[in-house]
Parts: sequence; C-alpha cells; structure tokens
Amino acid sequence: MLTHAASDAAIVVSDLAKSYGAVEAVKGVSFAVRSGTTTALLGGNGAGKTTTLSMLLGVLTPSAGRVTVLGEELPAHRHRVLPRMNFTSPYVDLPKRLTVAQNLAVFADLYGLRRARERIAEVAADCDLTGLLKRSYGSLSAGQRTRVSLAKAVLNEPEVLLLDEPTASLDPDIGDRMRTYLERYQHRTGCTMLLASHHMGEVERMCDDVIMLREGRVVDQGSPQQLLARYGRENMEDVFLDVARGRADERVPGGATVGTAG
Amino acid sequence: MSESVRVACHSGAGASLRRIRAILRRHGYLIVRSPTRIVSMMYYPTVTMVIWGFVTLYLAPTNNFLRDAPGLFIGAVLLWDLLFRGQLGVSLTFIEEFYARNLGNLFVAPLTLPEYIVGQLTISLFRALVGVGGACLFAYLVFDYSIFSIGLPLAAFFANLVVFGWAIGLAMSGMILRIGLGAEELAWAAVFVLAPISGVYYPIGVLPTWLQAVASAIPSSHVFEGMRSVLIQGVFRWDHFWIACALNALYVTLGAAAFGWAMRDARSRGTLLQMGE
Repeated sequence: MLTHAASDAAIVVSDLAKSYGAVEAVKGVSFAVRSGTTTALLGGNGAGKTTTLSMLLGVLTPSAGRVTVLGEELPAHRHRVLPRMNFTSPYVDLPKRLTVAQNLAVFADLYGLRRARERIAEVAADCDLTGLLKRSYGSLSAGQRTRVSLAKAVLNEPEVLLLDEPTASLDPDIGDRMRTYLERYQHRTGCTMLLASHHMGEVERMCDDVIMLREGRVVDQGSPQQLLARYGRENMEDVFLDVARGRADERVPGGATVGTAG
Repeated sequence: MSESVRVACHSGAGASLRRIRAILRRHGYLIVRSPTRIVSMMYYPTVTMVIWGFVTLYLAPTNNFLRDAPGLFIGAVLLWDLLFRGQLGVSLTFIEEFYARNLGNLFVAPLTLPEYIVGQLTISLFRALVGVGGACLFAYLVFDYSIFSIGLPLAAFFANLVVFGWAIGLAMSGMILRIGLGAEELAWAAVFVLAPISGVYYPIGVLPTWLQAVASAIPSSHVFEGMRSVLIQGVFRWDHFWIACALNALYVTLGAAAFGWAMRDARSRGTLLQMGE
C-alpha cells in the first residue's frame, strides 16, 4: 500500500495543492512512491496529473503542501536533486535543427556526465537510435522523437524518472520495446518511476502501484490487482472509466476511498 | 547507480562551467548548421554602414566637420550596431528556446538561471563580434575606414555598448517569458526607442532640454558623446566613461532582476513547461 509516511519512499507528497487564481488544479494531494517501484498517476484530462508532475520536477511552485524527492525538499533544494532525476513530457521538445547526437551531447554537459560519448552511444543503442544519431531531430518521425526524448531522460541514469505519457505516439512494436527497456533499466539501476499514462495495458504491465486522480484529488490508490479486485473489473481500463465517470461508489462495496487518500 | 556515468558532484565551478558550455554548444551547433544565420548577423550592419559611408562621401567635400572627422558616421553606425547586436543576441538566444519548446528541458536539468544568463551573454558577444566584425571589414575594404583608428577608447565604447545591450536583452527575455512570443516584436524593436536620445549621429545638445535629461540617464548617450570627443577633439572623456559604467551596472542588475522575477512568475503560473510556438 501507498502511504505518505513510507520510510522507503523516493517521493513523498503531502497535502500538495496548486491554484491558478480561483481555479484549484490540485487540491491537497498526498501520496508516497516506494523506492525502486513504478507508480502510475491515472486520471482523465484535467485531473491534475501534469500539474502534479510539474511540481515534482520543480518547474511549478505549489500553492501549499510539501514535496520531497530523494530526501530533498522541492522547490527549495531542487538543484540538489535535479541531477538525480529526469523526465519526459509531451509538453516539451528538443531543438529541431540539431542532430540527435548534438542534442544528447548538450544534455550530457547539462547533467555533467563522465564518458559522455560512450554514454550517448550506449543510450542510443538501447533506444534503437544508433542509425539516427547524425540525423537532425526535426527530420525524425513522431515515434523516433519520442525515443530520443526517452534517451534524453535516461542519459544521466536518473534515480527518479517522471514519465508523462512516454509511449503515447509509438507504434505497438516500438512501444513494447520501450516498456521492456524501461523495465530492464529499472531492474538494473533500481530507479523509481512515476508514470502518467492513458495506456491501461502499460499500467497493468509496468506499475506496482496506481494513484487515481479526479478533479485534482486522489480518489483511490493501490496495486493494479487490488484495484481490479475492489472494482470487480477484468482490466484497468474499466477501473479507469469507473473512477473517471464517478461510478466508484456504485462499484465498490462500502464506497471507494474517495477523499480519504488525498 | 553507475558512478562511471554520473559525476560525483554537481555543484562547484567545474560543474557550473559545463552547464554554461552546454548552452554554448546548443547555440554553437545551431549557428554552425545554419550558415544563413551567420550571413544575417552581418547583413544589416553592413548595409547600414555602406549607406552612411556613401552619405559621408557625398557630404565630406562641402562639410569641414566631416572632412576633419570622416569616420564620424561610419564609426557611429558600427558602434550603434554593437548595442543592437548585444541586445538581440541575448533576446534571440532566449527566443530560440521558445520556438524549440526546450525551456522545460533546460530548467528541469540542473541548470541555474545565472548559468543560463552567462551562456546568453557569451553567445551575444559572439554574435556582436561576428556581425559588427563583418561590417568593419567591409568599411575598411570599401571606404578605407578602420574602426581601430579610434584607438584604445574603442575598447571602452565597445564594452559599455555591449553591456547596455545585455541589460536590455535580459529585460526583454523577462518580458517574453511573462507575455509570450507576442512580445517578440518588442525584443527586435526595443533598442530603437533609444536611438533618438542616444545621440548616435548628433550631439545630445541638439535635443530639447527635458530630453537631454532623459538622454543623460542612458549609457549609450555617454558613449556617443565620448566617441565624438575622441574623433573631433582627440580627447577621451573619462567623465562620460565612468557615468556609462555606473549606469550599466545599474541597468544590468535591473535587467537580470527582471528576468529572475519573470522566471519565478513562470514557475508560479506553470508556464515553463508549456511555453512555445
């Protein structure tokens, strides 16, 4: 189970809130992500996933609450923890006129990597990018760009990886390879991953825990198996629909954990 | 974790220099891969210089003033362009990140704003040197005028104009971060507001009294007064030099503070990850 007091947690979020004027995007969210595990942040559009991830990355200042990543409080000590983290997001891109190798070389410098060339070659091989290193990023397909983005995200061997829809634009074959790569990466490095995804198969396959968000609140959480059992469903897609459409109370005997988890 | 890949320490001067190098690399690659950018850096200053060169040739036979100081207009246009290039170099470096939607990537990396600013200023210096350097070469080839005939004071003028350009560029970067790419036109045009009161081609004394007071509050007017003093009377005016330095210290501090405020505001509004074309 996820508890925000977990002592082995890589990420601890307590009463986190973000308001934009009168609009409350995140309303007092609390959760913890255990070290070395993969946790999914699920919810419909506007549920507060990207806002929560942005606060975890230190690029969005919370209105209230606390975020601790690898023992360092954000945003106050973000420069201590940012070298040990990385992310992918559909909201950012890389310079299109630079080649893939040049883009990765820039980030190798930003993260202060040793043996940058070797590391770039290694990551390019892992992400099936070796043949694309000399191509300009702008000339790549959407799927190839997503792989470059993922290569950038693991370049510094992060201990915490925040993935916002990492396989959204990949075909099933490449998507599967990327998931396999992330699983192997985690197995090898012990990395903690927090994943926002709309791909429920990905969540069932990769995630140890799931946090369900709706309208800026945590409405349920647990392992995929626990959630499937609780909602009496065969797959996470149906669980997602139950939560997103407010059917949780109908499905869960005694009511879901709405409001109590957050 | 593999310590052979990740560095042991991410703080200190060495790590900071590598992050600055990353910014220089990012824009260096961009410039090298795009020769048209290098041509465009030199194009405007060269064309403007050629126009003023021919104006000088036209007026010099009937004008004692220009006959005695033939480099007055050409020197002025070259120095003015240093200010423009200094400002534009800072603003464009930032605008490039906007178009690339790369700001989120940069500021989720361990890059600090002061490191980013040092990178911006260095690229601006390079752009100013290439742009105005090309025009200077043409001035020598076409009009037999060398900007170096100004002598050592050139270094003082150069430094003060580039630094003033940086101050405006940093403030413009902050404005773009706050308003978005709608402010891009302002970034291009901002410096021209100062042209009439900088006394680029005429002494500040010709301005109305109230405007002279405004002019005395900007470093560029002191630089161009100083330039005329060197070219016409052969005297380096230390008073203008020190006033320009003091004003620049103030304006660079204000420009960096404005950029810093805009960055904090962007973190508060959540726009850093979502800014782009």
